[in-house]
Amino acid sequence: MKFVDEYRDKDAAGRMAAAIAQVTTRPWTIMEICGGQTHAIVKYGVDQLLPDAITLVHGPGCPVCVTPVELIDKALEIAALPEVIFCSFGDMLRVPGSHRDLLTVKANGGDVRVVYAPLDAVKLAQRHPEKQVVFFAVGFETTAPATALAVLQANRLNITNFSMLVAHVCVPPAMESILAAPHNQVQGFLAAGHVCTVMGYTEYETLAQRYQTPIIVTGFEPLDILHGIYLCVKQLEEGRATVENQYARAVRREGSREAQQLITEVFEVVPRQWRGLGAIADSGLGLRERYAGFDAVRRFGTAAPAATTPSECISGLVLQGVKKPQECPAFGKHCTPEQPLGAPMVSTEGACAAYYRYRHSPPHSRATLQETNP
Amino acid sequence: MTDDIDTVIEPGLVRPVIEPALVCPAPINQHSQILLAHGGGGRLMQQLLDSVFLPAFANPLLNARHDGAVIELGATRLAFTTDSYVVQPLFFPGGDIGSLAVNGTINDLAMCGARPLFLSAGFIIEEGLPMETLQRVVTSMRHAAHAAGVTIVTGDTKVVDKGKGDGLFINTAGIGSIEHNLRIAPDAVQPGDAILLSGDIGRHGIAIMAMREGLDFESTIESDCAALAAPVLELIHAGIDIHCLRDLTRGGLAAALIEIAEAACLQIDIEESLIPVVQEVQGACELLGLDPLHVANEGRFVAFIPSAQVNQTLDILRRHPQANQACLIGHVQHGTAGRVTLQSRIGVRRIVDRLSGEQLPRIC
Repeated sequence: MKFVDEYRDKDAAGRMAAAIAQVTTRPWTIMEICGGQTHAIVKYGVDQLLPDAITLVHGPGCPVCVTPVELIDKALEIAALPEVIFCSFGDMLRVPGSHRDLLTVKANGGDVRVVYAPLDAVKLAQRHPEKQVVFFAVGFETTAPATALAVLQANRLNITNFSMLVAHVCVPPAMESILAAPHNQVQGFLAAGHVCTVMGYTEYETLAQRYQTPIIVTGFEPLDILHGIYLCVKQLEEGRATVENQYARAVRREGSREAQQLITEVFEVVPRQWRGLGAIADSGLGLRERYAGFDAVRRFGTAAPAATTPSECISGLVLQGVKKPQECPAFGKHCTPEQPLGAPMVSTEGACAAYYRYRHSPPHSRATLQETNP
Repeated sequence: MTDDIDTVIEPGLVRPVIEPALVCPAPINQHSQILLAHGGGGRLMQQLLDSVFLPAFANPLLNARHDGAVIELGATRLAFTTDSYVVQPLFFPGGDIGSLAVNGTINDLAMCGARPLFLSAGFIIEEGLPMETLQRVVTSMRHAAHAAGVTIVTGDTKVVDKGKGDGLFINTAGIGSIEHNLRIAPDAVQPGDAILLSGDIGRHGIAIMAMREGLDFESTIESDCAALAAPVLELIHAGIDIHCLRDLTRGGLAAALIEIAEAACLQIDIEESLIPVVQEVQGACELLGLDPLHVANEGRFVAFIPSAQVNQTLDILRRHPQANQACLIGHVQHGTAGRVTLQSRIGVRRIVDRLSGEQLPRIC
């Protein structure tokens, strides 16, 4: 398949891995920001082609994973209301709140629907004027323009039974929070290509300079990631710290002006709580006052503070790249995709889920190993 | 790699007996209700079988966990199976609930190495279903049965209140005769066996999803819905020493291989680059964040055969329209019991695991 197969080519991957090994003289720790990249790394085994000196740590770029429990609890509460059709991207259905998830709400009779685009939720609101249609707006800057478009459409058509629970977050403040942390180990970043398709990468230039950290705008295919790592290691070895664009087939420096205008028209920058990272100033998007009528929190009440995450779960450390999923005592034992303690175990882009799915022995095999190796 | 992927059981060691109830990481009683995912062909469904159905009905025929039960009556060997069909929409590109209900049960019999003979058909109809719809479905069933040489010999009809069904549910059961001495079953799989796949994967699941969710792709993706008895019977007739057959349904190729690896207490190794996926399905999967390995099929199967017979088997399969893309995708080895590994396109090996339930489309 064009634009896919050539980025998954075994020989090309081998050559790129050899090039990385050739430029590497010291240990380096590189963080990929996006959960899509984490998933590709673990699925294709990109990390296993790298020299031992290169450590990849997985960043907070899974929007499902960083959505705070309070907001998920609020979503569950709204979704259970009899007058509500609750719309969400599929990823979100299994993410646990304090006590349950959206799939459980659905099993109990809640009208929970998977949509592929926020505009689909607006169409549902048109078709069901007797219902309140609520869209769970989750995601980074990548999905924010589509959400903004839904608000503008609902506003233009004067649809009053549509609202959204907004949990949008922005990448650069989270990167800065990681770089500024006292225990930071990250020496270079692979920035999320799709976020940059929308936002461009001028914001990253300030970060790269301020923290003397190379940032490579990187795509999602195995060869993209290997190429991004090569560019990052080369900068680190040469003592440079600039922004480079590996994903030039999709990303321009200024991003998409049209998409940015949509975001600016509908949203304003707000402080946001990140699951695992805590509160980060100016890291979220909230509806502007003129669109506040579409805010589900205004319509259904604010989110109550949630109980703390179960203590065994180290998802915060995983999301900051301080620990790997298998280092968690609960990994694969008390925390599985069926009974997740933290969101990274359930989302398709979560680091814990990726390790469980592609690296972890199924329970059956584990038992076999225990029995044969007492 | 930091995990135990390299740990192997040495050839010759006795493989331990499987105790599914002891290794389940999430006991079923943690779910006080049935979730949709319990029917998704993934890990939750497996838990449901292990903790509810198998303990309740345990017997040697059921415990074999084959697509159908193989019953011996004197000198006669029969295969017996049943399946229910709840697909929405009722009509989709490449098939409909009627052809699916006939072919699905034929395929379960074929996977036992049986010649499908007789089917039953049970209809649960929701009040208000247009008569014309039912007529179309029944006609489709007649055509599918005729094409495969089976007869629908008994049936049942129930009508439920409006809102208590989803238009139409169909159950079919089937009986077939086994006319050979092969033992075709998961635990007949041997180390060294070659694994053949009858064609490209993922078409049925994507065709249904595209239609159900109103996703428009440039070209229509057609379901692979087909009866598989003819190629299987020809393999048997030609003297291929088939060890195991499995049609790929919910849970896709991944679930089928994992089930066989577990039942056979062997390891299965496949190669991603050898598994055919048509461009339209690949594109849809890329877009939605789905893995074709886990997407449903209705007209594909895998065959486990001795390596020496690969070429002969492929020659036979490729003469049949429903298997003309047949190919070799991997091998069986002692390795770790119950494990399936896949060599990724860039040459690194990883584990293939069951999903919890159905795959959910991603955010971005």
